[in-house]
Amino acid sequence: MSLDRTDVEKIAHLARLNIAEQDIQEYAENLSNILDLVDQMQAINTDDIAPMAHPMDAIQRLRIDEVSEGNQRDHLQTVAPAVEAGLFQVPKVIE
Amino acid sequence: MEWEAVIGLEIHAQLATKSKIFSGASTAFGAEPNTQACAVDLALPGTLPVFNAEALRMAVLFGLAIDAEIGYTSVFDRKNYFYPDLPKGYQTSQLFHPIVGIGHVDIELEDGTTKRVGVTRAHLEEDAGKSLHEEFPSMTGIDLNRAGTPLLEIVSEPDMRSAEEAVAYVKKIHSIVTNLGICDGNMSEGSFRCDCNVSVRYKGEEKFGNRTETKNINSFRFIEKAIKGEIERQIDLLEDGGTITQETRLYDANKDETRSMRSKEEANDYRYFPCPDLLPIVIDDEYVEKLRSTLPELPDARKARFIEQYQLSEYDAMVLSAYRDLSHYFETTANIADDAKLAANWVMGELSKHLNQNDTDITASPVTAEMLGGLLLRIKDNTITGKIAKQVFEAMWAGEGSADEVIEAKGLKQVTDTGAIEAMVDEVIAANQPQVDQYVSAEPDKRGKMIGFFMGKVMQASQGKANPGQVQGLLKQKLDALANS
Repeated sequence: MSLDRTDVEKIAHLARLNIAEQDIQEYAENLSNILDLVDQMQAINTDDIAPMAHPMDAIQRLRIDEVSEGNQRDHLQTVAPAVEAGLFQVPKVIE
Repeated sequence: MEWEAVIGLEIHAQLATKSKIFSGASTAFGAEPNTQACAVDLALPGTLPVFNAEALRMAVLFGLAIDAEIGYTSVFDRKNYFYPDLPKGYQTSQLFHPIVGIGHVDIELEDGTTKRVGVTRAHLEEDAGKSLHEEFPSMTGIDLNRAGTPLLEIVSEPDMRSAEEAVAYVKKIHSIVTNLGICDGNMSEGSFRCDCNVSVRYKGEEKFGNRTETKNINSFRFIEKAIKGEIERQIDLLEDGGTITQETRLYDANKDETRSMRSKEEANDYRYFPCPDLLPIVIDDEYVEKLRSTLPELPDARKARFIEQYQLSEYDAMVLSAYRDLSHYFETTANIADDAKLAANWVMGELSKHLNQNDTDITASPVTAEMLGGLLLRIKDNTITGKIAKQVFEAMWAGEGSADEVIEAKGLKQVTDTGAIEAMVDEVIAANQPQVDQYVSAEPDKRGKMIGFFMGKVMQASQGKANPGQVQGLLKQKLDALANS
């Protein structure tokens, strides 16, 4: 399976990646190679094998429902580019 | 050709856990912005989610309550989209293996029949934060307190055919989740909200029409109005030769109409995949059966019991069984008064009226079930009349004490002394000669109704305290004596 320029552009847009025009061809080839590898793997018969949701054959451990994290706003907001009145500030995103 | 609406609903019920679905931050409502958002909720690098056992318990309990298939192995998936109030760039949700599979609830329709509505699935997911657009001129403010709050998204089959059916379904789910204690059901705070998928088609047609989705409606009344409006809009559009665009719409309660939200570009390309940060959730029969044994009495079962045990009408039983606190109040009152019908009338009448008018929850009612039961006892033993009882209720609501204390303090005891009543009856007859003449000259079968006038006068004279049965008997006796003389 091979991807063309428009596929790469669409994937990049969905992932909000800003990619350089001259790199698109190379990305298309690399991604196509990965999909070829997947195609190869799909040739293997897996009829009797249940799909795994996770590569580790383990199950989720659960947390007791307790509040263990207090107010750390001041500390956590030191890394935010812009803060006002306790709110993180981002460029206007109204639809 | 007759049109038919097809309605399916997605309900988001916020699970009443203390901490978030994947972190130890508090879920309490109304805190200062970002004071309940920890590093996990903010998706800071290196943080990992750990699933909350209580969210799992609540979801499974709901599955059992609607007789659904339980997902013994369920898996969290990532639903990818970008929005500033979703710090990770994806919402952790469940698409392929939800915790709750196919189930159903029964709704009561206005004509007294019952209809089964299918529940397709219910899955666990996290809520997003809040974006505040109005506070600042050029920026959007983000509050992530709500980010990571556990939600159970309950998806119905497109089984409903009218706004009324849709509301009956939402009310039923609301009453189930609140009875289970897994959601506080507070719609104005957003703990319980609803997306409505609506389409129309000609009756008898198999194929569904294009549907629209109206998002985040947060009251029963608005759900009904939004769906009605949307059905009308679609029919008008189709009859004018137009077509329905599959889109997301918003309900504007002020204008009572839905309007199109500009659809997000490639909104449906969420690229779901299993979340590698979380392992599959595996539960066994022992876990499920243990939970099943903790299921409380649910509204349908309680309704049946109320009809059986208290001989309530279908309607009264439905209303009184819907919520645990209301049911408990009713039963306590009924048992004290030893009169279920009287208790039902007062709980659904005077009490509900006062609760609604004062926007008070039944658990905070100034008139407790014990107090109302005490009042009903005084009606039953003829200490007070039904009319005076309302006055006593008002006084109890205002905090003036128990029924007995109010009756004593205000001297409201019913007058049952025949001599005293007779004196009042004689006075009224003497003072209203024209009406007496009319009574006397009326046909005997018309006289029954005419007694009402004299009843009113006597009750007024007694300030409502005369025993109405005695007054009626005496009036009839004396007036008929005049007529026959």
